[in-house]
Amino acid sequence: MSSPGKRVWLKVAAVAAVAVLAACGKEEPPPPKAAAPAPEAKAPAPPAEPFKAAWMYVGPVGDAGWTFAHDQGRKSVEAEFGTKVQTTFVEKVPEGADAERVIRDLAAQGNKIIFATSFGFMEAMLKVAGEFPEVKFEHATGYKTAANMRIYDAKFYEDAYLAGVIAGAMSKTGTLGFVGSFPIPEVLRNINAFTLGAQTFNPKIRTRVVWINTWFDPPKESEAAQSLINGGADVLLQNTDSTAVLQTAEKNGKLAFGWDSDMSAFAPKAHLASAIVDWSNYYKRAVRDAMEGTWKTERTVWGVKEGQNDLIKIADRVPENAKQKVAEIKAAMKAGAFEVFTGPVVDNAGKERLAKDVKAEQDWKDKVDFYVRGVEGKIPAAK
Amino acid sequence: MNEVALLIAATIASGTPLVLAGLGLLVNEKAGVLNLGAEGMMLVAAIAGFAAAFHSGSEWVAFAAGAGAGMVLAAGFGALAIWLGTNQYATGLALSLFGAGFSAFVGVEYVGKKLAERTSFEIPFLADIPFFGPALFRQHPMAYVAVLVAIGLAWFLYRSRSGLALRAIGESPDSAHSLGYPVRWIRLAAVLAGGALCGVAGAFLSVAYAPLWVEGLVAGRGWIALALTPFATWRPARVLLGAYLFGGVTMLQFHLQGAGVQIASQFLSMLPYLATIAVLTLISRNPAWIRINMPASLGKPFHPSA
Repeated sequence: MSSPGKRVWLKVAAVAAVAVLAACGKEEPPPPKAAAPAPEAKAPAPPAEPFKAAWMYVGPVGDAGWTFAHDQGRKSVEAEFGTKVQTTFVEKVPEGADAERVIRDLAAQGNKIIFATSFGFMEAMLKVAGEFPEVKFEHATGYKTAANMRIYDAKFYEDAYLAGVIAGAMSKTGTLGFVGSFPIPEVLRNINAFTLGAQTFNPKIRTRVVWINTWFDPPKESEAAQSLINGGADVLLQNTDSTAVLQTAEKNGKLAFGWDSDMSAFAPKAHLASAIVDWSNYYKRAVRDAMEGTWKTERTVWGVKEGQNDLIKIADRVPENAKQKVAEIKAAMKAGAFEVFTGPVVDNAGKERLAKDVKAEQDWKDKVDFYVRGVEGKIPAAK
Repeated sequence: MNEVALLIAATIASGTPLVLAGLGLLVNEKAGVLNLGAEGMMLVAAIAGFAAAFHSGSEWVAFAAGAGAGMVLAAGFGALAIWLGTNQYATGLALSLFGAGFSAFVGVEYVGKKLAERTSFEIPFLADIPFFGPALFRQHPMAYVAVLVAIGLAWFLYRSRSGLALRAIGESPDSAHSLGYPVRWIRLAAVLAGGALCGVAGAFLSVAYAPLWVEGLVAGRGWIALALTPFATWRPARVLLGAYLFGGVTMLQFHLQGAGVQIASQFLSMLPYLATIAVLTLISRNPAWIRINMPASLGKPFHPSA
């Protein structure tokens, strides 16, 4: 049965397999800068050790969307502080058990401030924050804080509202499409703002929503976009992280927006504008706070006014009156005079959610759990 | 009406990679070799195809590259499983895991890259027929190629002498061997053909369907293709049908949502997989269905000396 020859072969195969596995192991993307502790540390009369800051991302830095934007922010910190700050990042961390391990690793490696850039990292970060009281923790888009953990967010719905203004002016079918990730307040705010914006030019406009239950799955995103287009939507917006929705619109001769970063290059014909977020001002401030000891627990939500959100690269095909309207609203937002959610806000079941002339408070926005009038259907799992 | 036509069109597009990969695995299995590495082969082929399309600008070069990449991996699998007699299940799983890691590794610099603009396809004249035109005749050429492959494969397996030899090897390699057929070489040829078809399916996903590259782009479609062969009781025409059924359920969940049907989207996301389990359960209620069509030596290594 088992001749010696066969055994030798098996051994060779086993060794080869181990080698392959070992090679695979090396492929795991360790952030190149993380591994190298400053070599000067042991040299006599060392220069001041750089202040270490780390970022943990949910997606790949090359996603051209959400994570890409955060990484641009990290680079701006490097540019601002030069050798005084040493930055590190870990990408593609799943929102689950691994997140806690990664945050703890980053803290143990001597990082003084750590940014986690996805909602699902909240609990993990809170837990590790308790173990490292001297490290500052920063969580994007969450709501829980601690003595050494604070939160920051952006007003994406301001972008979505501006995109809606353009969509309302451009839609011929009167039906807009929205590819949603998860039905959480953040995404619901964007759907509502998009629809309210569109009503500026077309009060009868309808928004259809398709949920895909993931932030990043390009084939799924394009299937969802295709189904919206098949259903009659001719302008799309998405709250997902890749360029797939925009590219699907391009393929079908429809219109769409870039989300999270400038995506104009991906669909020259379909691209109407890109909603962008620029985290650099916040990141620079947060790192400076931590370095100078002025860091304190708080919640920062910046938007168009602070230069954190913007709608850029508006296409030439957008009519002049729509461009003007966008410019007006943007100017009002910058002046702090424009609130997207100003009453009356009525949900799609006819119930008034915000009384006339009332401007929504942060607390109201945190708890959005309805579609405004004009959005079709019901929120999944909503009672 | 138009919406139904578009749903059919989307179903065919979504089913096409499953048709190609499913048929490839069918050839493997008809020769008695079970290759669980489909997912890995498709992933490596997807990045190979994407890279080829990115640098050459031609989809057909990309499909050739995808087929080539699939064949290289399949050849490795064949050498191990057919000649060294390694466990086919373990080797196939290893291939899947390897493919997932390797494709992510070599694909890093292609993430977020954009392919040259593509033209839309339609068959002249036929594409203008109401309903049937938009439903059937505006597909990517590969969708038609997939159907032709299914027809060709049915003819090959059941109407040609070499097809008979292939099936004989899947049923009883010892008998085929004693008749003088080079069992191992024919199995290798079948494995290579399977790799090539899985490769084309992977390249279709990254070059024509998505079209972009991200890690894990294939997203389980290799495993669905593997489930298709028992689902189809190893018949090419039924693989075709099964693949469109899967594609249809995938697309239907989005269409229902878009149409405002009140079903939890999480439930709809589950549907394609529920359908797999349901059909597999139905099939196994009648053991004869499986026994008649399943290659008797599936997954068993063959030693000429034994």
